[in-house]
Amino acid sequence: MIEFRGVSKRFPDGTLAVEEFDFTLPSRKTTVFVGSSGCGKTTLLRMINRMVEPSSGQVLIDGEDVAGQDKVKLRRRIGYVLQASGLLPHRKVVDNVATVPVLNGVPKAKARADALELLDKVGLDRSLAQRYPRQLSGGQQQRVGVARALASDPNILLMDEPFGAVDPIVRADLQVELNRLQRELGKTIVFVTHDIDEAFVLADQVVILRKGGAIAQAGTPAEILAAPADDFVASFIGADKGKRHLQLQQREGDGGLTLVVDGDGRPVGVLEDGERRPGAAAS
Amino acid sequence: MDLLLSALRWIFDGSHWQAGSQSPLPIQDRLVEHLAYTAISVVIAALIALPLGFFIGHTGRGRQFVIAFTGSMRALPTLGLLFFLLMVFGYWLSYDTAPIVGATIAFVVLAIPSMLAGAYSGLESVDRGVIDAARANGMTEWQILTQVEIPLSLPLIIGGIRAGTLQVIATVTIASYAGLGGLGRIITSGIGLNDYDLILGGALLVTFLALVVDGLFALLQRVTATRGLSDSHSAASSRPQSVTTTAGA
Repeated sequence: MIEFRGVSKRFPDGTLAVEEFDFTLPSRKTTVFVGSSGCGKTTLLRMINRMVEPSSGQVLIDGEDVAGQDKVKLRRRIGYVLQASGLLPHRKVVDNVATVPVLNGVPKAKARADALELLDKVGLDRSLAQRYPRQLSGGQQQRVGVARALASDPNILLMDEPFGAVDPIVRADLQVELNRLQRELGKTIVFVTHDIDEAFVLADQVVILRKGGAIAQAGTPAEILAAPADDFVASFIGADKGKRHLQLQQREGDGGLTLVVDGDGRPVGVLEDGERRPGAAAS
Repeated sequence: MDLLLSALRWIFDGSHWQAGSQSPLPIQDRLVEHLAYTAISVVIAALIALPLGFFIGHTGRGRQFVIAFTGSMRALPTLGLLFFLLMVFGYWLSYDTAPIVGATIAFVVLAIPSMLAGAYSGLESVDRGVIDAARANGMTEWQILTQVEIPLSLPLIIGGIRAGTLQVIATVTIASYAGLGGLGRIITSGIGLNDYDLILGGALLVTFLALVVDGLFALLQRVTATRGLSDSHSAASSRPQSVTTTAGA
């Protein structure tokens, strides 16, 4: 459980990134902070592993204030995945994945063997282990980033727009993969994105943020889709433009297919016969 | 042309390499002295400049001050500084040690700015995202410096040492003004004797020495260039087999 208590952050240049933020993130669930740039979502994320120190208020992990913990030790037991993967360019993939265990004193051979298993886990071929990061595609680099974050088997995984720099097809792939991993591992994931659709795919709980880290609405994807709290949320998720209200339309000459259209009458897909699939992705 | 050939003939004359010849010969003794003065000055300068440069590059603190300071150090004429130091130390120290100390300090002052610049600009050139990730993964500041920043900026750091060393090799020639050895001795004797073979031969030896050392440093820079960053080791050239796409990403 991660708890924010009255957290504010004012940067030295005077900008107030986060003001009086109170929120609790449940364990073993994925919580997604979503908002436009400058809403303080990354700042909130980085307060959890003390990459940013709050100006006031507390951040607690399982009831323990992080401010009282050794920064380095804290960071080594929290996985962190960044947008640009942040891999060490002068180290091979396998050594990048083994970074944190080696820092923690695990013998190199053991750390490397474990790293290879992690590559399997994130869906990377072991033949990539001996390459350097820049010899991989963007999507592969992100997978290595995830493997590195998982290497010390942390309870908490912080993900700062990790899929922001890869193309849409790869991004969709990575999202599905992350959901699969999460079903398997059950980590407490804090995920930051500006893409509301990504938030809906991944989240158990979505937190939509306004400027200054003010919570516009928090809830499950279904709750937010069904009842946007206000105009801001409605416009953010696209409900005001009718993007979220879908209708069925039968057109002539389409061989009896039923078309699904959004509020503007723009086709988004066809309706398939058959049973409802439980647990299928919401978007 | 005759002048040059004659100077070359002088260099390659075996009798000038005969141990125990009359000063300023034999040539190898002067070469060794030249290298020794250079090595001592460069090592001392590196011990001062590199830690300071790493500190500035890592923390970003004191940058303005150091740029201004090294700028003015660069503007100091080394010959003037040498004579000044000889006078000062000649007053305090013995007749034997004053020239060595004075000259070494002058050469150290000469070598520091390039080394300092190489060190801090090298560290500053490292991708901020990589450093941020290293820190977020739980590296201590020391580990970030030694495992991330220095390895990634090694070619630039060595570049600074290379530039400083070459300046020192060229300038050690003036050590003979302080009554010290080195290849400058050959040139000053040549001037005294009005012997062009000595003057040009000495100058050619200094040039030759500088080129060899420069070549060694160039080689070192190539070797230390991070494999993960250099183009010669990109996926295409180092891995002829087709890229595995099973990962699907």
